[in-house]
Amino acid sequence: MSKTLFDKIWDAHVAHPAAGGMDVLYIDRHFIHEVTSPQAFDGLRQRNIPVFRPEKTIATADHNVPTRDQHLPIQEALSRFQVDKLTENCKAFGVRLYGLGHPYQGIVHVIGPELGLTQPGMTIVCGDSHTSTHGAFGCIAFGIGTSQVEQVLATQCLLQKKPKRMRITVEGTLPAGVLSKDIILYIISRLSASGGTGHFVEYAGSAIRSLSMEARMTICNMSIEMGARGGLIAPDEKAIEYVRGREFAPQGEAFEAAAAYWRTLYSDEDAAFDAEYHFRAEDIEPMVTYGTNPGMGMGVSQSIPAPPSKGNAQTFMKSLDYMGFQPGQKLTGRAVNYVFIGSCTNSRIEDLRLAAAYVKGKKKADNVHAMVVPGSKQVEKQAKAEGLDRVFREAGFDFREPGCSACLGMNEDKVPKGEYCVSTSNRNFEGRQGPGARTILASPLTAAATALAGKIVDVRQDLQKG
Amino acid sequence: MEKFKKLQSTAIPLPIEDVDTDQIIPARFLKATTREGFGDNLFRDWRYEADGSPRPGFILNNPIYQGQILVAGRNFGCGSSREHAAWALYDFGFRVVVSSFFADIFRGNALNNGLLPVQVSEPFLQAVFSAIEANPATQFLVDLEAQRFTIQATGQSAGFEIDPYKKTCMINGYDDIDFLLNLREEIEAFEQKNS
Repeated sequence: MSKTLFDKIWDAHVAHPAAGGMDVLYIDRHFIHEVTSPQAFDGLRQRNIPVFRPEKTIATADHNVPTRDQHLPIQEALSRFQVDKLTENCKAFGVRLYGLGHPYQGIVHVIGPELGLTQPGMTIVCGDSHTSTHGAFGCIAFGIGTSQVEQVLATQCLLQKKPKRMRITVEGTLPAGVLSKDIILYIISRLSASGGTGHFVEYAGSAIRSLSMEARMTICNMSIEMGARGGLIAPDEKAIEYVRGREFAPQGEAFEAAAAYWRTLYSDEDAAFDAEYHFRAEDIEPMVTYGTNPGMGMGVSQSIPAPPSKGNAQTFMKSLDYMGFQPGQKLTGRAVNYVFIGSCTNSRIEDLRLAAAYVKGKKKADNVHAMVVPGSKQVEKQAKAEGLDRVFREAGFDFREPGCSACLGMNEDKVPKGEYCVSTSNRNFEGRQGPGARTILASPLTAAATALAGKIVDVRQDLQKG
Repeated sequence: MEKFKKLQSTAIPLPIEDVDTDQIIPARFLKATTREGFGDNLFRDWRYEADGSPRPGFILNNPIYQGQILVAGRNFGCGSSREHAAWALYDFGFRVVVSSFFADIFRGNALNNGLLPVQVSEPFLQAVFSAIEANPATQFLVDLEAQRFTIQATGQSAGFEIDPYKKTCMINGYDDIDFLLNLREEIEAFEQKNS
């Protein structure tokens, strides 16, 4: 029978078809971090049970860590306590930890792929909704709650209802200045912040296949922002070569055997999807958001739309009020004082290279605070080896140490009340980057261009000028 | 987990769509390492000014509205997977959230904590908002066994869906983890077969 990529992986991981429409899904890789795991470990203690397969769980500290002076003790007491708790729990339960100071530490969705822990065909979960990132390798990867973190620690399994399948096909060639971040913001603006709910999305088409692995991760990362459980892309030779040779990938003959299996992971030609969407790459321009959910996005040359006639106009206007915007306005030319380049969406070496190439030899605008936060210690090291940190510093950007940082403002990296921030992160929710902060989501290129101009610009015009 | 069969209560209306979990419990309050106490910061930035004084316009600060049922606009609980959102609602005293649409991860987290998500049609949701607007003392009945949600004053009622397995868990107060721990042999057999 014809199967989708998603079904092939799912069916291979059903350890027990449970009653009531739920499957017992076996989990190959479990990532944990300091914020959503302490209560799960406490649950194990209360039940007096060990971690069932400790070698399949990998921990790092990312959400709550400072991005300065990471060699010093964390100053903020609650954050320090939480990070210490993770260290203590990992030690007590035999879980591998890449904590602060470790050369592999970083944002959980950045370190998995770079260490080769993420491999095609796997089931991967983490107590973080952006776990969908790993789907770029052809994995079923999704975010879970803390009770489920406890279930995976205790049994390496989860009870799951099989979601529906959606395929989103993007054909064609991306215009200059348009990045994978723009593709996914465009898709979400078309489908809305809830358009993917109940579904697992497969991204397909020539525009998707043309992307690098890191660019694919950006797409899969934001699947959750349209409500989808996750997103995945069929592994091709690009994916296989990305994994080859990485520290925790299979080596030698074992790798070739694994790769032979990975090459069978694609949706059969006549496999059926519950929903299908088609887009043209040529229609996509650099995107910006104007509201308080990622579905409220538009091409940078467009104007903010009128309140919807269908749906809740009150919610729409509440959102625009929060942002200080009006229907019909354009965002180009609007002054912006904060720029954040980072997060599990856009903090990988390619993102940093793109932004650095753009700002090289130039200076940020005087009104702008621009911050670059690499996704991991390895990204940081590579960036320094290539001199990117110097490029950013010379342009007046603040180059920091790895962590989730201003994406969610759990640490000190916050945007002040009322200020606009053009951010390469994934969520423009009210207060996401700090109480009262106003987030405009965009690509690393648009973010870099904004930092230089001190206002929102259409990066395509700059590129034309050369 | 506490058992849930039936609840009669007044309800608190929040007619806003796409309420994300960052609003339910902002990230800066996720530093606690236990499950308790999150109710104090439920809807923190909608409920309180920066100086900690209550914002009078917010529904939870209006004593006219009380009850263990929260009624919210569509796509409730979108965004972050933080289970702290379900803990905060439960800790505040809610046992049921009614909406016309729930985000997947939130729905799962709620069910794992004895907080029942009741999904009704958009017209029925509007009828519920109208009933509360007409009379904040309106009583609602949530009957999990019958899978039915009723506006007591008018007798209007709607069925709601729940996985049979999760229904049994809610009614009996069982966790998924109890179920999974009993499958140890099957799980080990699966590992053997796939190694």
